[in-house]
Amino acid sequence: MKKRVYILLLGICMVWTGCRTDAEDIIPSQDEEVSTGNSAQTTESIKGFYLLNEGNMGSNKCTLDFYDATTGIYTRNIYAEVNPSVVKELGDVGNDLQVYDGKLWAVVNCSHFVEVMDAGTAEHITQISIPNCRYICFDGEYAYVSSYAGPVQIDPNARLGYVAKIDIKTLQVVDTCTVGYQPDELVVSDGRIYVANSGGYRVPNYDRTVSVIDIASFRVVETIDVAINLHRMEVDKRGYVWVSSRGDYYGRGSKTFVIDTKGNEVCDSFEVANSEMTISGDSLYIIGSEWSYVSNSWRVTYKIIDTEKRHVVSENFIADGTGSRIRMPYGVAVNRYAGEFYITDAGNYVSPGTLYCFSLDGVLKWSVRTGDIPAHFAFVSTPWHKPNKEVKIEE
Amino acid sequence: MSEVMIVAKRIENHEVGPVQELKGRELKELSVYSVADALRYFSGVQVKDYGGVGGLKTVNIRSLGTNHTGVFLNGIQLGNAQNGQIDLGRFSMDNMEALQMYNGQKSSALQTAKDFASASAIYMRTRKPYFIGAEKGYRCNVGMKVGSFDTYNPTLIWEQRLSDKVSAMLSAEYMTTSGKYPFSYAKKNGYDTTEVRKNGDVMSLRIETMLAGEMQGGEWCGQLYFYDSERGFPGASVREEPGKFRHQDRQWDTSVFAQCSWQKRFTKRYQLMFNGKVAWDYLHYLSDPNLDITTMYTDNEYRQTEAYLSVSHQFGITPWLKASLANDVQYNYLDANLTNFVYPWRWTVLSALAMNVEWKGLTAQASLLHTWVKDEASKVGSVGLHKSVFTPSVVVAYKAMDDKRGMLNIRAFYKRIFRMPTFNDLYYTFIGNKALKPEYTTQYNIGLNYNRTMGQGWLRRLEWQTDAYFNLVEDKIVAMPTSNQFRWTMMNFGLCHIWGVETSLKASWQIKRVGVGTSLTYTFNRAMDKTDRRSEFYGGQLPYIPWHAFSAIVSAEYRGWRLNYSFIYTGERYESSANIPENYSQPWYTSDLGLSKQFRIKKVALRFSVEVCNIFNQQYEVVQCYPIPGTNFKTKLNVEI
Repeated sequence: MKKRVYILLLGICMVWTGCRTDAEDIIPSQDEEVSTGNSAQTTESIKGFYLLNEGNMGSNKCTLDFYDATTGIYTRNIYAEVNPSVVKELGDVGNDLQVYDGKLWAVVNCSHFVEVMDAGTAEHITQISIPNCRYICFDGEYAYVSSYAGPVQIDPNARLGYVAKIDIKTLQVVDTCTVGYQPDELVVSDGRIYVANSGGYRVPNYDRTVSVIDIASFRVVETIDVAINLHRMEVDKRGYVWVSSRGDYYGRGSKTFVIDTKGNEVCDSFEVANSEMTISGDSLYIIGSEWSYVSNSWRVTYKIIDTEKRHVVSENFIADGTGSRIRMPYGVAVNRYAGEFYITDAGNYVSPGTLYCFSLDGVLKWSVRTGDIPAHFAFVSTPWHKPNKEVKIEE
Repeated sequence: MSEVMIVAKRIENHEVGPVQELKGRELKELSVYSVADALRYFSGVQVKDYGGVGGLKTVNIRSLGTNHTGVFLNGIQLGNAQNGQIDLGRFSMDNMEALQMYNGQKSSALQTAKDFASASAIYMRTRKPYFIGAEKGYRCNVGMKVGSFDTYNPTLIWEQRLSDKVSAMLSAEYMTTSGKYPFSYAKKNGYDTTEVRKNGDVMSLRIETMLAGEMQGGEWCGQLYFYDSERGFPGASVREEPGKFRHQDRQWDTSVFAQCSWQKRFTKRYQLMFNGKVAWDYLHYLSDPNLDITTMYTDNEYRQTEAYLSVSHQFGITPWLKASLANDVQYNYLDANLTNFVYPWRWTVLSALAMNVEWKGLTAQASLLHTWVKDEASKVGSVGLHKSVFTPSVVVAYKAMDDKRGMLNIRAFYKRIFRMPTFNDLYYTFIGNKALKPEYTTQYNIGLNYNRTMGQGWLRRLEWQTDAYFNLVEDKIVAMPTSNQFRWTMMNFGLCHIWGVETSLKASWQIKRVGVGTSLTYTFNRAMDKTDRRSEFYGGQLPYIPWHAFSAIVSAEYRGWRLNYSFIYTGERYESSANIPENYSQPWYTSDLGLSKQFRIKKVALRFSVEVCNIFNQQYEVVQCYPIPGTNFKTKLNVEI
C-alpha cells in the first residue's frame, strides 16, 4: 500500500513539473562581472556601451545588452525586463543602434520600425514606422533612416530605396528622399548625407553608387559611382567618407574606398576586405570576413588603415592569437579613453555570440556571452540604470 | 452489415524490427486534419508544424532529421529532389487506410532497394478498390467536412468492379480554408495580446484514380495522382505594428504522378516484383512588394521531373532462408528561374542484396545496399557530386516466449545509411555548396515486444513494445551564415549523439457491450549537439527535441457510436542547441475529443462525426514564432451506397 502511495506521489510530481504555466515569465536580465571596472575612468566621457544583438531573421530575438565600464558588469537582455508591456519585446533583426539627444535609437529591420528608448534606462518611448529600415544617422534636429522600401515601380524588381527624415522632437517622419537601390549605411559630412546603395535585391545587377543628399533641400544632388554592393560607411576627421563594397561573393572581392567630399569622387581605394569598420582618431579598424562561393571558404582579416597617411598600418590588430577562437567576427568598436577595442563573434548565428575586449595592443582582456548575433555598439556617458518603479504605498 | 467492408488484403509479413501502425477505424476516428497530425501518436516522432491547415508539416524520427525519413505512398517513395522535404500536411486522411512507421527499415523479403535506403520510413497506404464474392458492381462514398477556419472539404470515392479480377477507383477531394485563427501571447505581469493569423488560406484539389487487379499468384496496381493547390504564407509572428503590414507571400503547387506495381509468385521459390513511377512537380512562389511594401520582390518557379524503376526478386533457398535482390534506378531533374542556376540532374542507382532467415524462434535480415549517385548539369564544371557507397544493416529478432502467457520477442538492429545533399543544398544560388558530402546516420537499437490475446474478461488484447537506441549523425548538413545574415551556405558541420527510449502499450477491452481501446506511447530523447567542442553549448539538446513526449488515445464503442479521446504531450525543449532561458520553450499538451455514429438507412450506410480539437484552448508553438490554433471544431458526414 505504501508503495502505491509513493508511486502515486511520484506520478503527481512528474505531471506537475511537466505542466506549463499559463503565462510565461518575462526573461530577466542577467549580470556577469567581466572586469574589475574602472572608477578612475569616470572622469572620461564614456561610461559604457549598449550592444544590440540582431537575432536571426524570423526568430524575434533582437536583444539589448549593456556593459558598465565603471563597475565592469555586463548585463544581458535588458529590454524585456525594462519594458514588460511592449508586445513581443524588441523585435526581429536589430540592424543599427545609436545614441542621440538623450535617446537610444534601434533600427529593427524586420519589425519595420525605429525603436526609440530612453538612453539612461532603455525604457520604450515610441516606435517610428519605416518599412524595411536599415541604418540611422543624425544631424541637428533630425534623424535620417535608410530604407529598402521605396515606391514600387512598374518593374517590381527595380525598386529604389529612400531615406526618411525624422524630427527628433516630435518623433515623426517629416520627409522622404528617394535614393539608389537597397540603401544601407549613411553618414553626414559637410552638410550632406552620403548613402551607400547596395542593390542587394537585384543580384547580379548590384547598385554601384553613393547618393549624396543636400541636407538643406533634402534632395539628391549628386550620385557617385564607386563599386558594386556598397554597405558600410565611416567619416574621418577630415570629412572623407570611407565606404565598403561587399563584392559579389564570387569573383569580385570585398574592398574599401575613400570618397573626397569636396569633389564628390572616389579618391582612394584599398584591396582590404571590409564587412565592418569603425574609426577612432586616425585609425580605421576593419574586419574583413569574406566568403567566397567559388572556393567555399572564409577569409578573415583584421586590419587598421591610417586615415591620414592612407595606408595599412596593421595587418592583424589581434596580436595574441585570439583570432582563431573567433568563428564569425561581426561587430567592432573602439574606446580610446579606456584603451580598449571590442570584437563580437556571431558564432553560428542561431546561438548566443561572444563579445571580446582587447587592449589597444591587441591582447585579450576579457570575453563574455551575448545575445544572438551581437553586432552594433552605442557608447554612453552615463551608465544604464534600471528605471525607478513606482512603489504604491497603501494607506 | 460489417462495419468495414473493405478488408485490407495484404500478405502479413512478420516484421523483425520496430514498427508502429495506425489503421482502420482507429485511424479514421482520430481528430486530425492530415497524416502529419496522425503521426504524432507514434512514439519517437517529432512533427515540425508551422501551424494551421496550410502550414508546412514534416516529421523527424528519433531526432535524425527530416531528410532521413523516407515517405512511401502505396509502396513507392515520394520524392523531392529539390529540398528533400515531404509536406505531410498535404496528405488527406480521406482515403487513408493505414499508416506505418519503421525504424531502420521494413524487413520483408520482397521489397524495393529504396525500402533499404532511408534511416526510418513512413508508409501510407490508401484505400484500394476491392470487391468480395457476389457483391454488387460499384460502391460510392460521398463526404462533406465543415470546420473552423472556414474549412469546407467535400470528398468523393467511386469504386467500380470491372471484372472478377479487376477493379477501378476514383477518389477526389476539394478543400478550402481561410486559415484565419486567433492566437495569443502573454507574459506574467507583462503584455497580453491576441492577434489573428492572416494569409494562411489554402485551396487544394486532389484527384486520384486507381486500377487494381489480381492474377494467378500475384497482383498489380496502377495509380494516377493529381494535386493542385494555392496557399498563402502567414510568415513568422514577430513584433510588428499590428495590422500595419500584411504578409502576402503566395505559393502555387502542382504535382502529377503515375505509379504502378506488379508482383507475382512464379514458383514456390521465386517471386518477382516491378515498381515504376514518373512524377512532375511545379512550384511557384511569389512575394510582391505591390501587395506588401516591406518585402523583396521574388517570383520563383521550380519544375521537377522524376522517373523511377525498380525490379525485385525473392529466392527461397531453403524453407528457412530467403535471398532477395532489388535494383532501382532513378532520374531527377530540377529547372528553376534563378540567377546563375545550373539546371542539375541526378542519376541514382540502388542495389540491395538481402538474406532473410526464419529458423525456429529466430528471424533475421542482413542486407547490403549499394548506392551510386552522379549529378550532372548543363553548365560544365558546376557540379561534382559522384558517389559510390556500400551501407549495411542487420535486424535480428528472437521469440523468447510463445504460449498461453503471450508472445515475447526480443529484437535488435544496426543500420548505417546516409542521405544525399539535396539540389537546394548543393546548387541553390547563394546558398548551395557543391562540395557537400553525404550526411551519415548510424543506428543501434535493442528492444522487445510482447502481445497476448485473451478470450474472456475485461482485457482482451495487450500489445507492448519498448526499444532503447543510440543514433549517431555525422557530417550533418547545416545552414551556416557567410559574412552576413542574408547570405547563408550549406556545410557538413554537425555531429549529433542521440540516446532514447520509447515504449508503447496498446490494449483492447470489452466491458459488457462497450468495446474500449487504449493506446499509450512515451518517448525519452537525449539528442546532443556534439558539433563544436569549444562551444559553451557543446552537448546541448538539439533544437525542438523534447526530453519527454507522451500520447494517449482512448476510444469507446457502443452500438455504432464511438467516442474518441486523444491526448498529446510534448515536454519542455529549446529552440536552439544553446539551452538557455532565452531559447526555452514550454511544454504543450492538447486534448481532442470526437464522437461519431455509424448507421444504415436501407442500403445506405451513413457516418456522422463531430470533433473538438485542443479543448482547453492551449496557446502554443511547435516552431518558434509560428502559433498553433486554439480550440477548433469540425463535423463530417459520409454517405456510402
